[in-house]
Amino acid sequence: MYATNYHRASSVQDAVKLKSGADEGKYLSGGMTLIATMKQRLASPSDLVDLRHIPDLKGISVNGKSVRIGAATTHFDVASSADLKAVCPAICDLAHHIGDPHVRHMGTIGGSVANNDPAADYPSALLALDAIVVTNAREIKAADFFTGLFETALEDGEMIVAITFDAPAKAAYAKFRNPASRYAMTGVFVARRDNGDVRVAVTGAGADGVFRHSGMEAALAANWSPDALAAITVDPSDLMADIHASSEYRANLVKVMAKRAVAAAS
Amino acid sequence: MGVEGIGASVARKEDKRFLTGKGRYTDDMSVPGMKYAFFVRSPYAHARIKNIDMSAAKDMPGVIGILEGKQLQVDAIGNIICGWMIHSKDGSPMNMGVWRPLAHETVRYVGDAVAIVVAESLGEARDAAEAVVVDYEVLPAVTEAVKALEPGQPQLHPEAPNNLIFDWQIGDGAATEKAIAEAAHVTEITLRNNRLAPNPMEPRATLGIYDSAEDHYTCYTTSQNPHVARLVMSAFYNVAPENKLRVIAPDVGGGFGSKIYIYPEEIVCLWASKKTGVPVKWTCDRTEAFLTDAHGRDHVSTVKMAFDKDNRIIGLKVDTIANLGAYMSLFSSAVPTYLYATLLSGQYAIPAIHANVRTVYTNTVPVDAYRGAGRPEATYLLERTMETAARELGVSPAELRRQNFVRTFPYQTPLIMNYDAGDYEASLEAAMASADWNGFAARKAEAARHGKKRGIGMSCYIEACGIAPSAAVGSLGAGVGLWESAEVRVNAVGTIEVMTGSHSHGQGHETTFAQLVADRLGVPIDSVNIVHGDTDKVQMGMGTYGSRSGAVGMSAVVKALDKVEAKAKKIAAHLMEADESDIVIENGEVKVAGTDKTLPWFQVALAAYTAHNLPAGMEPGLKEGAFYDPSNFTFPAGCYICEVEVDPETGVTDIIQFVAADDFGNIINPMIVEGQVHGGIAQGIGQALLENVHYDPQNGQLITASYMDYAMPRADDLPSFKLSHQNTPCPSNPLGIKGCGEAGAIGSPPALMNAITDAIGNNNLTMPATPQKVWAALNAAN
Repeated sequence: MYATNYHRASSVQDAVKLKSGADEGKYLSGGMTLIATMKQRLASPSDLVDLRHIPDLKGISVNGKSVRIGAATTHFDVASSADLKAVCPAICDLAHHIGDPHVRHMGTIGGSVANNDPAADYPSALLALDAIVVTNAREIKAADFFTGLFETALEDGEMIVAITFDAPAKAAYAKFRNPASRYAMTGVFVARRDNGDVRVAVTGAGADGVFRHSGMEAALAANWSPDALAAITVDPSDLMADIHASSEYRANLVKVMAKRAVAAAS
Repeated sequence: MGVEGIGASVARKEDKRFLTGKGRYTDDMSVPGMKYAFFVRSPYAHARIKNIDMSAAKDMPGVIGILEGKQLQVDAIGNIICGWMIHSKDGSPMNMGVWRPLAHETVRYVGDAVAIVVAESLGEARDAAEAVVVDYEVLPAVTEAVKALEPGQPQLHPEAPNNLIFDWQIGDGAATEKAIAEAAHVTEITLRNNRLAPNPMEPRATLGIYDSAEDHYTCYTTSQNPHVARLVMSAFYNVAPENKLRVIAPDVGGGFGSKIYIYPEEIVCLWASKKTGVPVKWTCDRTEAFLTDAHGRDHVSTVKMAFDKDNRIIGLKVDTIANLGAYMSLFSSAVPTYLYATLLSGQYAIPAIHANVRTVYTNTVPVDAYRGAGRPEATYLLERTMETAARELGVSPAELRRQNFVRTFPYQTPLIMNYDAGDYEASLEAAMASADWNGFAARKAEAARHGKKRGIGMSCYIEACGIAPSAAVGSLGAGVGLWESAEVRVNAVGTIEVMTGSHSHGQGHETTFAQLVADRLGVPIDSVNIVHGDTDKVQMGMGTYGSRSGAVGMSAVVKALDKVEAKAKKIAAHLMEADESDIVIENGEVKVAGTDKTLPWFQVALAAYTAHNLPAGMEPGLKEGAFYDPSNFTFPAGCYICEVEVDPETGVTDIIQFVAADDFGNIINPMIVEGQVHGGIAQGIGQALLENVHYDPQNGQLITASYMDYAMPRADDLPSFKLSHQNTPCPSNPLGIKGCGEAGAIGSPPALMNAITDAIGNNNLTMPATPQKVWAALNAAN
C-alpha cells in the first residue's frame, strides 16, 4: 500500500469538506474492495475519508412497509435486524451470505452499492426492490443508479446517505458462488408486489453489470411459480465469460437461480 | 504401548506454541541493522532484457542498494541447477538450460527475478523497485507443454531444441506392443493431470546475514531441508564454503514439497547482505507465491491398457508429456520419471509395461515435487484407466481390481520397484464395507427421486516412500544420497535431546520422535527434546519430503538409541555388578532382570558423566550418533472410495461420503496419522474439484494469481472422512513404518473423478471437475 491519510468524518458535511480538501480523496465505507485494491497498489488515494462512524448514516428504520437503511449500516446489522426481517427477510438473507463474518462486520450497504462490483449482491436487490439511492444531493432510482461495471450515477463528491424501498409481498435471493472468490458468479433477486408486479434482477452475470430480465418478469407476473420459467431461455450473448464460467453456463445459472429464488419466496 | 509411547495418540507438543501465536517463523526473525528486500520481477512471460536503468530508483528514500544479475555473474554466483541427471533414450544427457538467480539477458516466466532492492523499510524497497526501469523486448510465449513441442513455437533455451528437455523411457516396449496386439480388449484414454500451486500457509521467506569480521553467512529460510540447502549453495552456487554458511529453518508453516528447493531469493539475499553490508530479509506475499513457488503436476498422458479374455491385464503402454516450466528446478527431472513411471504397475501384476516421458520447457514457473510428486500422477492415470476398463468390459470395478492384484510378496514389478509387503484385498474389503458399497444402488435410486445423480468410485493406490537406498538412487542419476542421520544426546540428569536430520514443517516430529524415545527408555516425552533445522546444531541430514521422516528419519534415531542403550547397559551392569546381558531398560529404570536390583535412568546418565566409576577403558558421556540408509523404498497402499451427488441443474458435486482404508505399516501416533490423511485428502479433493493454475495461453500471464481465482478447498467443501488402517509392517526398517504424508493426496483424485463420471454417465471430464465442466459434460452425455 502507498502511504495515505486517514480521516474519520463526524458528519456528512465534514466528510464532503474533507474529501474536497484532499488531493485525490476517496470515501471509505468498509473498504472491503478499496483496501484490498490499495494493498495491491492498484489504487493510491491521497486521503481516505471514513464514513462508517457518521451517526446519520447508520441504522435501519422500518415504518409499515417503508424501509430506510443508512448507508454505513454493516451487512451484519442488515442480516440481523428483526424489524427488517419482519417485512423483507430476503434482504437480510442476502446480507447474511455476503463474504465472511469479518466482511459482514466491516462492509456496508452504501460501500457495496457505490462500488457497483458486477459480482456484488446488493445491486440486484436494489434493482428488484425498485429502491431509491438517497445521496447528500438527491434521490436516484436504482434503475438509473447502476450505469455499468463499477460505474454509478454518483457525481464527484456525492455520497450515498441511505437506501430506501417499500417492502414487497414476496422476495428471495438465490446466489451461485464463484468457487474461488465466493462472490456471486450469478445471483438472482426476485420480488413480487401486492399488485402482481414482478421484478427479476441478476448480478454476477451481466457483461454490463446488474440487469433485469423482462422475459422472466412477464412469465412470473402471469404465473408466480418456478415452473413458469421452464420455457424461458436466457440469451448468453450479453453475459460475462471468464475462466470460471462461460456465458452459456451463466445463462443456465440465471434461470436455475431464478427458479430457486421463486421457490424460496413462495 | 505406554500412554506416551508408540501407538498412543499423544497431543502434539508443538501445538501450544503454534496455536497461541508463539511459533517462530523466518519472518519473525529480526537482527540488529536488518533491512528489507523487494524483488523486481518480470511482468512478461518471455522477453529479452535490453537495459536496466536504476538511476531514478537509487535516489529514492531509504534505498541502501539495488543489485542486478550482471553483478551476480561478476561475483561468480553459480547457475541454479537440477540435481538429478536423466538421460534420454538415445543416451544423451538431459538438455538443461541456464537459470540465473537474477536474469540479466532473458526472462522466461512472469515473476522471473531481475533485480533486488534493499531499503530501510519494505515500503521503500517496493517504491524503489517500481522506479527501476527495465527495457524489455517482448518475445512470444508458450505455456502448454504439448504445444511447446510443436514446430514453430517460441524457443526457451538454446540448450533444448524444440523445448525438449529429455525423451526418456522405461520398461519393455516390444513386449508391451506384443501384449496390446494380442489383447482381447484394449482400453485407451487420454488424461490430463492439472497443474497445482502448493499454497503452504506460510509463504516463503529468507533472512541473509553476512558477518564481515568472520567472513561468515547465516541464512534463515523456509526450508524442508536446511542441510541440502547449505550443500547446494556451497557446492554449486558458490555462495560460501559449508563451514562459512549456517542455514537455519526454524518453524516452517507447511511445505508440501515447495520448500525443498533452493530458490533465487535465498542465494540473492545472502549475496546482497555482503554487497550492501546489512542483513537482508525478504518475505513473499501471496501473489508472489503463486508466481514463483514451484508448481506441481501438469502432465498430459495417453494410455493403452491391454486385457486378455479373462480380464487380466497383460500390458500397459503410457506416453506422457510433462511440463517443467521455464527452468529445471532441483528435483524436477526425477518427478515425472523415477517417482512416477516406476509406480505405473500400481497394485496390479502386469507382465509388460512401457512408459515414454518427454519433459518440456514452457514460459511458466518451474514445476517440481508437490505432495505425492509423480505418484499422484501415476495413480490417477492407472485408476482412471482401470475404472474406464471396468465400464468397457462390463465388470464391477472392484472385481476387475481384485482379479489383477499382486498377491504374493516380495513382488518384482517390470519397473524397478520391488514391493516388499502388502494386502491390497484387505484395504479393498475394508473400504467397501465402510462405504456400504453394496447398498449404493438403493441410494442412487433414492437420490434420483430427488432429481440428483449419484455416483460411486474407487481408487486403489500404491506409493513409494523413503526413496532409497542411496547407492540405487545414485545409479539412477540422483546427485545426493537419501539416508538420514540422528544423534541421541543423554544429558547428565537423564533428559534427552535428539538431533535429527529430518525437518518438521507441520508433521509433528517433536511429538512422534519423542514418543519413540519414550517407548524405548520409558521416560516421559516431556523429558525428550527434538532438535532440527539448524546446520550448526544438527549433523548433516537430508530433510523431510516424500513421507520419509518416519521410515528413514526415525530409523536413524532407533540406530542411535541402540548404541545409547548398549552403553547404558554396560554402565549399569558395572554399577550393579551384574552381567550386561541381564540388564533391561523399562519404565525409566535400568534393571537386572529377575532381581530387585534397579537404578533410575538418570543415575546411569549421571554416572556416565561423572565418570567416577565406569567400566575399565570406557569413555565418559552418553551420546551416540547414527546414519541410516534404507535397503528399499516403503510401499504404503490402500483403497479410497468416494460417493458423490451431482446437481444436474448446476453441475455442483456434493461429496456424500469419503472412505480411506490405508496400510501405512506400523503407526506411531494414530491421531497425527489421521491428520496427515485428512490434509492429504483435502488437497486431493482440491485437485479433483477446485484447484487449477491457469496461465493465459496467449501471453503467459498467470490468471490464477490470488485466491480470487485460485480455488482452495475449504472446510465446507469437505465431508467427514471415514478412515481405517490395515497393517502389513514394512520389513525393511526397524519400526515397520511405511509413511503416511502423501497417501491422501495420491489416492483421492481418481476416486472422486471415478465417482463423478459414474454419476453423470460421461467419462470425458478433466480435473478440476468444476460445476461448469460437470454441467457441460452432463449435457454432452444427454
